[in-house]
Amino acid sequence: MSAFGLIFSNIHDNSIPELTRRRTMASVPFGCRYRLIDFALSNMVNAGISKVGVIVHNNYQSLLDHLGNGKDWDLARRSGGIKILPPFITAYDSQAASQLYTSKLQALMGVMSFIEHSEEEYVVLSDCDCICNIDISDVIKKHEESEADITFVTKKEYLSDFKASSRTFFESDEKGRIRQIYSKPKHISGEFDVSLNIMVMKTKLLYLLLTDAMARDLKSFDTDIVAKRLGEMEFYIYEFDGFYAAIGSMEEYFECNMRLLEKDVRRALFDIPERSVYTKIKNSPPTLYSSDACVKNSLIADGCEIEGTVENCIIFRGAKINRNSVVRNCIIMQGTYIGKNVHLNCVISDKNVLIKDDRELSGHPSIPFYINKGVTI
Amino acid sequence: MFRKKECIAMLLAGGQGSRLYALTEKTAKPAVSFGGKYRIIDFTLSNCVNSGIDTVGVLTQYQPLVLNEYIGNGQPWDLDRTYGGVKILPPYQGKKKADWYSGTANAIYQNMNFIDRYNPEFVLILSGDHIYQMRYDTMLAFHKVMNADCTIAVINVPIKEASRFGIMSADENGRIYKFSEKPKKPDSTLASMGIYIFSKDKLAKYLEEDEKNPNSSKDFGKDVIPAMLAGGERMFAYPFSGYWKDVGTIESYWEANMDLMKENSLLKFEGKERRVFSRTNAEPPQYIGKDAQIKDSIITEGCEINGTVENSVLSEGVIVEEGATVRDSVIMNGVTIKKNAKVEYTIIDSGVVIGSGASIGADKENAKGITVIGSGIAIDDGKVIADGEMVNDAYYEEKLKGDMTV
Repeated sequence: MSAFGLIFSNIHDNSIPELTRRRTMASVPFGCRYRLIDFALSNMVNAGISKVGVIVHNNYQSLLDHLGNGKDWDLARRSGGIKILPPFITAYDSQAASQLYTSKLQALMGVMSFIEHSEEEYVVLSDCDCICNIDISDVIKKHEESEADITFVTKKEYLSDFKASSRTFFESDEKGRIRQIYSKPKHISGEFDVSLNIMVMKTKLLYLLLTDAMARDLKSFDTDIVAKRLGEMEFYIYEFDGFYAAIGSMEEYFECNMRLLEKDVRRALFDIPERSVYTKIKNSPPTLYSSDACVKNSLIADGCEIEGTVENCIIFRGAKINRNSVVRNCIIMQGTYIGKNVHLNCVISDKNVLIKDDRELSGHPSIPFYINKGVTI
Repeated sequence: MFRKKECIAMLLAGGQGSRLYALTEKTAKPAVSFGGKYRIIDFTLSNCVNSGIDTVGVLTQYQPLVLNEYIGNGQPWDLDRTYGGVKILPPYQGKKKADWYSGTANAIYQNMNFIDRYNPEFVLILSGDHIYQMRYDTMLAFHKVMNADCTIAVINVPIKEASRFGIMSADENGRIYKFSEKPKKPDSTLASMGIYIFSKDKLAKYLEEDEKNPNSSKDFGKDVIPAMLAGGERMFAYPFSGYWKDVGTIESYWEANMDLMKENSLLKFEGKERRVFSRTNAEPPQYIGKDAQIKDSIITEGCEINGTVENSVLSEGVIVEEGATVRDSVIMNGVTIKKNAKVEYTIIDSGVVIGSGASIGADKENAKGITVIGSGIAIDDGKVIADGEMVNDAYYEEKLKGDMTV
């Protein structure tokens, strides 16, 4: 099997506008030391994929900084490796620069030449809004066996009508063949095969679909291609049975981080043999706990200094929490400095926030209190 | 590919470090883990990188497997270079004879061809078994200003410890007029740190002569330095005043680990120029459980703590289960300490499993000494290992398994 990967870094930026103001969805920090793209990238690398195109459109400096040359994912290769695919804008096409694409299909059209010149038989496409640790090589194997045209990775899940309105999901028959696709529908709830936004197809097929879509000026992959061709083409689901979480809102972002405090979730994401999750290496020293530290049920990265009380928290690299401070149910991102006698509850502090002595801040799990990057409070 | 370098480093990493007993049974001393996520050699390598020295020859001899794997292509230290970078230099078989490195000077002598490829003016000689942070570029600047032939980094030591070191006497300009290796009656407290900068031509000349001398022990401290001093060369002492610790014994290794937790620790890892680089695995963040109690400790990625950890250093991936206690100890990577086990004043090497309810060592105040558990050993549930014991594979076969069958 030969396959290459394509990752969409900007597609879901609008889901969490606070966090993506200055970054892509792909580079949203997650789980103490990761960025969302780490899961999509690691899944591909662990399946033996050694060429991954990362489609970027805007706000992508933080992503470039995170990825570097791909070393940390073993993707610094002479042939293949990580390829950053920014928009192709010619000097004569003034319109293209001002038009931000919003759909996967438009993103793919922008990287036609990369797809055309890829000799790998299969292409694996993945968004960055799903956290999971999945064996992609098995997806490709099942894809070959079922002789499907496109295989969508899904998980059976009950969706409330609120959640359903932000997801893509399917109805399929007992063999897994897709009979109906729903793309962000309103007023539907029930148990469906919910898409993890990972799909596999032949490179040639993707290229054909794209040329056709370009000629007809199609806009959406789901509604203009998949939904229209349900009868003539074979679309199959691949049912994933591990842990996955989709991040479609600030509330879900908070919840999904907090779920890492559950043992089973950590096992399902980080403890699978031969399938580590890789991320940028920062060479921070280990974390130092002082004699006043009191830490319970928390996930903590390296490079922190903890002197206060920390409960039910996700603490990123290089955070410092001083004496007599109490931090509960918080997501504290990289380089946050929390002074003395500070009380925080349900707060998400973005990178390099400075919280001075004696401050008290509180949010609620449904609406966590978000502090913008670099702010001093 | 070779490009001229002003200064290259030669790092002596072949020593056995036999006083670390079980810790160096399967690895060379520079590859012994330290301070949670480091190996001893990381400090010297990072010093090189932070000083702008990008060509480092690492001379290996004793148990090189782990060390070679660890250094690899030098990528974690940014030493995977097209021109220069880190190169492992094992002893080799020449046309006339094959030689192990018979001493520090001989090891460098056998690799003069490596040095010559870069045509350096200066050669920095280092050993990979000290914990310190130092800017070699400042030392090199000193060497150049003094127009020295050899500069030796020195540190002030207490007079009662001076007889353990190579002791230097220097005039007010720092020029060395006397050197004595481990003197019984030291007349100075300036101890050699085993860090030398030589002007390359002088180094070549004296190594050549030393090699021909049948009475020489082929050692820098014992032979080359005294010979240069006798030859009237310009030799200077470069004073260093930061943290510097030889981790050659179990006690000093333990102390150096504990020093990291001191509030005024002189080792600082913050800031671009003080970063210490290391090769790390893709470990998840550390999880601290609901019933965990952690005080005065250093804990690394991949750990899962559900018991009590006090005044201890834990490396990557250590698991401390419910009810287990770890106190005054250094725990290396991948160790599991099962339920209700007790570990006190102990150094545990990588991959060890301590069975539930087992008791290792005794509390620091009353213990006979530090207990050491060698790598990969599994201590059965409920076993008691007395304080001060050194447990390696052989010991385990003989004593502990023996007990089992009785």
